[in-house]
Amino acid sequence: MESVFKKLSLTSATLILLLLTSIFVVLFIYAKPAIDEFGLKFLTDPRWGVTVQVDTPKVDKQVATTEQVTDEMAQNDNLQTEDLLLDDSSDNSDSLLTDDEDGSTANTKEVYGGFVPIVGTVLSTILAMLFAVPIAMGIAVFLSEIAHPLLAKPVGVAIELLAAIPSIIYGMWGLFYFGPLVSKYVGGQSVSLLVAGLVLGVMIIPFMASLTRDSMNTTPAVLKESAYAMGATKFEVIKDVIFPYAKQGIIGSIILALGRALGETMAVAFVIGGVFTFPKVVTDPTVSIPVVLANSFAESSGMSMSALFYLAVVLFVLSFAVISFAKFYFLRNKNEIFNK
Amino acid sequence: MKKIIAGLSLAAVSSFAWTINGTGSSFQLPVNKAWISGFYSQTGNQVNYTGTGSGTGLKEIKARHVDFGGSDKPLSPSDLKNHHLAQFPTVIGGITMAYNVPGVNKLKLSEAALSGIALGTIVYWDNPVLKASNPGVNLPHKKIFFVHRSDKSGTTYNFTYYLSKMSSVWRSHFGAKKALTWPTDLQGRGSAGKGNFGVSAQIKKNSYSIGYVDYADAVANKLSLASVEGRDHKFIDPTPAEFAKGAAYAGLKPARDFYGMVAYPKHGYPIIAATFDLVHYDNKKVAKRVTEFFNYGFKHDEGASKLGYIPLPASVKAQIRAYWAKKGISPAK
Repeated sequence: MESVFKKLSLTSATLILLLLTSIFVVLFIYAKPAIDEFGLKFLTDPRWGVTVQVDTPKVDKQVATTEQVTDEMAQNDNLQTEDLLLDDSSDNSDSLLTDDEDGSTANTKEVYGGFVPIVGTVLSTILAMLFAVPIAMGIAVFLSEIAHPLLAKPVGVAIELLAAIPSIIYGMWGLFYFGPLVSKYVGGQSVSLLVAGLVLGVMIIPFMASLTRDSMNTTPAVLKESAYAMGATKFEVIKDVIFPYAKQGIIGSIILALGRALGETMAVAFVIGGVFTFPKVVTDPTVSIPVVLANSFAESSGMSMSALFYLAVVLFVLSFAVISFAKFYFLRNKNEIFNK
Repeated sequence: MKKIIAGLSLAAVSSFAWTINGTGSSFQLPVNKAWISGFYSQTGNQVNYTGTGSGTGLKEIKARHVDFGGSDKPLSPSDLKNHHLAQFPTVIGGITMAYNVPGVNKLKLSEAALSGIALGTIVYWDNPVLKASNPGVNLPHKKIFFVHRSDKSGTTYNFTYYLSKMSSVWRSHFGAKKALTWPTDLQGRGSAGKGNFGVSAQIKKNSYSIGYVDYADAVANKLSLASVEGRDHKFIDPTPAEFAKGAAYAGLKPARDFYGMVAYPKHGYPIIAATFDLVHYDNKKVAKRVTEFFNYGFKHDEGASKLGYIPLPASVKAQIRAYWAKKGISPAK
């Protein structure tokens, strides 16, 4: 029995590692054509799906607007011009032209760069964290230390319910109600980086608040009582006893929320605007990596598909880096508190 | 449950009820759904169709994962031949220019104005080009905010295809694409919505905005729709009757597997598009079921027009039936 149990738990543990590596490997394999094509320049290139001339400029046929041609001739002309637009690549076997979904032809090629979505992802996450962390901390402190238990209970349940709302609902709320409200009072458009950041913030508040409250609740009463006995005020107890004690849990909750904010797709897709431009001000629309993936995946193939996988790899690495940095940096003195 | 029982009893009667599966273009999803329920109650045969996008539709039918694929972008005859596919249009739809300018409820867009707005060369609503075709309308000195689709879509493809045919400048710089970085985005006057309803919502919520929306969605959202200058230089309201007029001039020819686009016809509303379905002609049994289903659809135009689509002209339908016969996939009934 013991050994079966041991093996089972070992399997579960290895499974997660296996899953993680295989996801990465698969992403990498599918991204390979784009990585070979664009290299690291992908990370700093702001152009996405832009057609550029390779060598000889494409000869443009004029659209027939003259009406004196006979029906038959007009028809022929239509077909010719259609050929120019429709025969992207399907009739070619050139290796450059494997993508029949995009406008690559013999003389042009599509360039993909991920700089705009990368910046958009980072900015919207930062905005969300700036907005959410103080509010979530406030909620947690209030619930665990200040509120009367009769109030703390229903509010706590309400927060957990908030966490269970599907993200598409937040997206709809942001698109139809919250976005227009923000644009009315702050200016700019009803979809923007700011709206995306705020909606994301609202989405991650419940996670942070309930996890932080739980870890604050684990502070031994004896510690708090000793502090009060020494004459500490409520604020001092919260600042000097509870926060240091619950530090790990709080940082853990922030990291979890950060991970969610980085990868949130559906809600952001509706409120960020989805345009491949850098936001000059916070109320401009832009785009983030998960949104690009959600918007383009179903209709992509060949190089455009591969570029999407490249973006996915970037997001994977980005989340991994941010989270490991946060873990390493904030949690390195793991045992300090207990030693105190 | 009722449906299932009805289906079972029908199946017992006809004793050979079957099921076919299709996927692809979300543009044709509503009309397919309408036909599917009518077809089911009449024959007891089940058709499943999911709106996964034209790109997926083409991939899935080529891989023979489904019995038919829907696409807003036709495949070239040689590509069809390579994959043993037959292709035919099923309905035509209109794309409208929806706008939100307070105080303006009858906007006329000339070709110069429309291409200027899309190209980003017309920045303000009171631009002389716009004023010229809208005498007496009090156009404000406000920046034009252009809303487009953020997801790759057949609607964007059809709209940019129309722009390419109408404006040689647009053609040489952008061409027809399912998604692109619009010039207005780079000027900070653009935004994008996910799906037709995302675009509609943004036009509704942002004053001084304009964008392209499928006719059915634009009507459902009660947006103001501009009259657009046709190829015959008349300003034409986006109405089903005008779409139909345009569709009559559509150059869909069976000789080239109906490979062609219907946008920018000689007369009628210019921004129209057809949607196509593809089937493997070497699998005759399944192909005949697919054509039987669409033949039912062709006989039930009201299902399409109720949803804002334009049924194909009778001449095109006759050509499609002849095309089926030539490929040996005419419906059994």
